[in-house]
Amino acid sequence: MGNDREHAGAPRDLGRSRAAVAAERVIEALIRICGFSAIFFVFSIFLFVALSGSDFIVNRLDLHEFLLSPEWVPTSVSNKRYGTLALTIGTFSVTGLAMLIAVPFGLGSAIFVSEFTGGKVKEVLKVVIELLAAIPSVVWGFVGLVIMNPLIIAVFDAPIGLNVLNGGILLGLMSVPIIVSIGEDAIKAVPDSYREASMAMGATRWQTVVHVLLPAARSGLLAAVLLGVGRAIGETIAVLMATGHAVQIPHSPLDSVRTLTATIASELGETSRGSDHYQALFTIGILLFALTFVVNLSADLIVRGVRGEQR
Amino acid sequence: MNGMNRRGIVAVLLVAATAAAACSRGDSSRVLIQNKGSDTLVNLAQAWAEHYRTVKPGVAIAVSGGGSGTGIAALINGTVDIANASREMHAEEKEQVRAHNGKDAIEHRVARDAIVVYISKSNPIAKINVADLACIYAEDGTCQSWTALGVEVPGCADQKIIRVSRQSNSGTYEFFRDAVLGKGRDFKLGSRDMQGSKDVVDLVAKTPCAIGYSGMGYVTADVKVLCLAKDASSPCVAPTPESAKSGEYPLSRWLYMLTLGEPQGDVKGYLDWILSPAGQQIVVQSGFVPVN
Repeated sequence: MGNDREHAGAPRDLGRSRAAVAAERVIEALIRICGFSAIFFVFSIFLFVALSGSDFIVNRLDLHEFLLSPEWVPTSVSNKRYGTLALTIGTFSVTGLAMLIAVPFGLGSAIFVSEFTGGKVKEVLKVVIELLAAIPSVVWGFVGLVIMNPLIIAVFDAPIGLNVLNGGILLGLMSVPIIVSIGEDAIKAVPDSYREASMAMGATRWQTVVHVLLPAARSGLLAAVLLGVGRAIGETIAVLMATGHAVQIPHSPLDSVRTLTATIASELGETSRGSDHYQALFTIGILLFALTFVVNLSADLIVRGVRGEQR
Repeated sequence: MNGMNRRGIVAVLLVAATAAAACSRGDSSRVLIQNKGSDTLVNLAQAWAEHYRTVKPGVAIAVSGGGSGTGIAALINGTVDIANASREMHAEEKEQVRAHNGKDAIEHRVARDAIVVYISKSNPIAKINVADLACIYAEDGTCQSWTALGVEVPGCADQKIIRVSRQSNSGTYEFFRDAVLGKGRDFKLGSRDMQGSKDVVDLVAKTPCAIGYSGMGYVTADVKVLCLAKDASSPCVAPTPESAKSGEYPLSRWLYMLTLGEPQGDVKGYLDWILSPAGQQIVVQSGFVPVN
């Protein structure tokens, strides 16, 4: 690759100073380092997390208990238990509900912004949606605690308003802007010739969107949804405040839960370095890593499948 | 994330600002005392720190919360001068302090507190005993509904008891566990574990089904305080300064400041002032009970 560039650039080098050529080389090298740095960072973070929990993982981790027991009691005097099932289900229940809300809203407004509106309305909408993305998550958490909690108690006659529903709505709203901006880019990227051809065939605007644009932008839209999922799984403070922070397997959206991320955030500061509890929290970090990896990988495979189908 | 840390940060900033001001006046003899730990004590510790500025302008005290466990961990690591704790130190924590620092941790009783149990104002129940509390909060406890305790709470769906508790590094959490559930018993999973005492009060105030507990300094008029009995046959005792002091209230406890070895110099000066009538006056203003 590098050689191609040099050959391609060689004729242009004529008449340029040595310094300019050298500067270009340096810049090229820097850009290359930037490109590879992502790989370096991912691996070193993974290594750090794995090493921090290694002693516990190797010597005392009961994998069966860790993955399948819902009992997380790390500070018990008599019987410490490190089961993360309830936390994993907590994370997925909140994320799942968030996506139920964010995907239709996000894709819907992406389609609207890209195809059904223009001019001032479009500009205003885009700016406002970006503003929505800029709201700090602690503010969302505050909204969940102060506004949504009493509202959910009143509307759903629930015993408590800090629950999966509350966290799911907040995370959904937090994911919408990401899905909108990336989804809109994906739809916009479909060549105009597709639209023109469809219109020429007598299709309405809506028919064009459903039968032409959405299938053509499928992989981009999926990427948009996945980034939304990533945002939801990784979110910490808002869910810590809004879900009730209770270790239990939820039976309905009105039950309180606790997520993997919130557990790490609330407990890591307290543990003494190197203790079992400390290392168990890092093991949760590895679990989170693995879960997001599986989500990303399966999404990637789906996108490839979709592309293959289209060919 | 929680009221505590925010308050802690504000306190640190305030102290840092004063410190900066002191520096700019060319006061080179300024001393900074690091003080960290119990969430129950953080407001009181902050009030002390602020008043002490007027007593001894050359000494600045940086107060932060995080929980008793956090404070003791910082003492073990040697990063604080004074750790705040709302429970006694565990034997292994004392050992760790000795192993890491070569000094013993000294516990100074700085105030007395009662753990107050409260409910929403719409809940008609007025008193409860320790065994019922254990029945509600303990792992093997069977009390799930307010009906089982003989009351009907208006506005509470299914009469389900919503247990509000604290995160596991809290000294209040451990004291409640040991005193109410009994040594070796654990909390029933599924309680809402709040990051600070203030969050417990706020949540209970807004949730008809809820029951919660915290140090007496945090109670507001938005919650209803329960009269607490030792057991079913004893009379119930309201948490008042008198009953906390005499130990008649079943869940009264000491609040501690911990130092590495006997305090010296400015740290000793600060602790002596805290135990003086002027310092203990602030204890009363903060809603706790003075030592004497």
